[in-house]
Amino acid sequence: MNAISKIIIPLFVLLIIFNGVKKKVNVYESFLVGAKEGLIMVFRITPTILAMVFAVNIFLDSNFLKETLSFLEPLFRLINIPIDILPMAILRPISGTASLAIMNDIFINFGPDSFIGRLAATLQGCTDTTIYVLALYYGSIKVVKTRYSLPVGLFADLMGIIAAFIITFIFFG
Amino acid sequence: MVNVIWYLLIFIAIIYSFITGNFETINNGILTHATSGINLILDMMPLIVLWTGIMKIAEDAGLLKVFSKFLNPVLSKLFPSLDKDHKALGYIASNIAANMLGLGSAATPFGLKAMEELQKGNPEKDTATEAMITFLVLNTGGVTLIPTTVIALRIMHGSSNPTEIIITSILATAVSSISGLILDYIIRRKNR
Repeated sequence: MNAISKIIIPLFVLLIIFNGVKKKVNVYESFLVGAKEGLIMVFRITPTILAMVFAVNIFLDSNFLKETLSFLEPLFRLINIPIDILPMAILRPISGTASLAIMNDIFINFGPDSFIGRLAATLQGCTDTTIYVLALYYGSIKVVKTRYSLPVGLFADLMGIIAAFIITFIFFG
Repeated sequence: MVNVIWYLLIFIAIIYSFITGNFETINNGILTHATSGINLILDMMPLIVLWTGIMKIAEDAGLLKVFSKFLNPVLSKLFPSLDKDHKALGYIASNIAANMLGLGSAATPFGLKAMEELQKGNPEKDTATEAMITFLVLNTGGVTLIPTTVIALRIMHGSSNPTEIIITSILATAVSSISGLILDYIIRRKNR
């Protein structure tokens, strides 16, 4: 597993440059042109990322989510799942780093092989950070009217989160 | 929409901190999180610049075309509004492939290039096209076959079977992506 994922990237790089040389492309010049485009790209997405990271992080700092969700605790005790999973499920579409941090806490407190540990791992793997992805990609090309992107993205997240609960129950419950 | 989420996050954060008397935390937060943002960009920048450079070689050698041709049967169904040899398709294919392999940081530059190519044919530059939305639905669905970070963390915390969550993740990812694509398809049909 680990060995494969460590071979993929070097192999990919080798293949692309080898193919370029074979096709008589000036690979060095091409790389420089592309890298320059990449630099401009980074420059363009900087305000977007800064805006998102700022808003999400002060939101997390305020502890709003953790404290407002605590009223659901009896319900979660009933189905025998620690409530710690709930903020993670809600934060998954908003911040990948935040949900990853919560998953890490769950691994520490309950162990990676506990039911909640497996559930957290599945949740983390089941979807990407919708709001960040939309902000990043639309921000990079200055699209502001995103039409139905967000509702569809959040709907997909919700389905993924529900599926993660059900599937983890079926496999490990 | 992103606009609304952005100001709601900030309003809730500041007002809730005032109510709970957490002045210290929110004050520090506002002053330090610009740095967190810049740090994230600095973390991503080297890889973005490196990959866009390498992918330019692939593009110039015609490799992207080969790649997108390979995935064409699927892609042409998902993106009916794009020509068969649209430049964006190669980048979309690379982005999906990198995501599937769990190479998230390598996937981002491909995705950014794909959006750039899609924007070239967009008559209204401030409005998202159907192809852009479908691409981002696919992307946010997070079609990950090997969740590398999660597995690494499970190993770190001494799991007896760190990879056992691969199958549950793939199934949940599939449900998420497919339901997103279905809803996207329904909306597109309705708009016609």
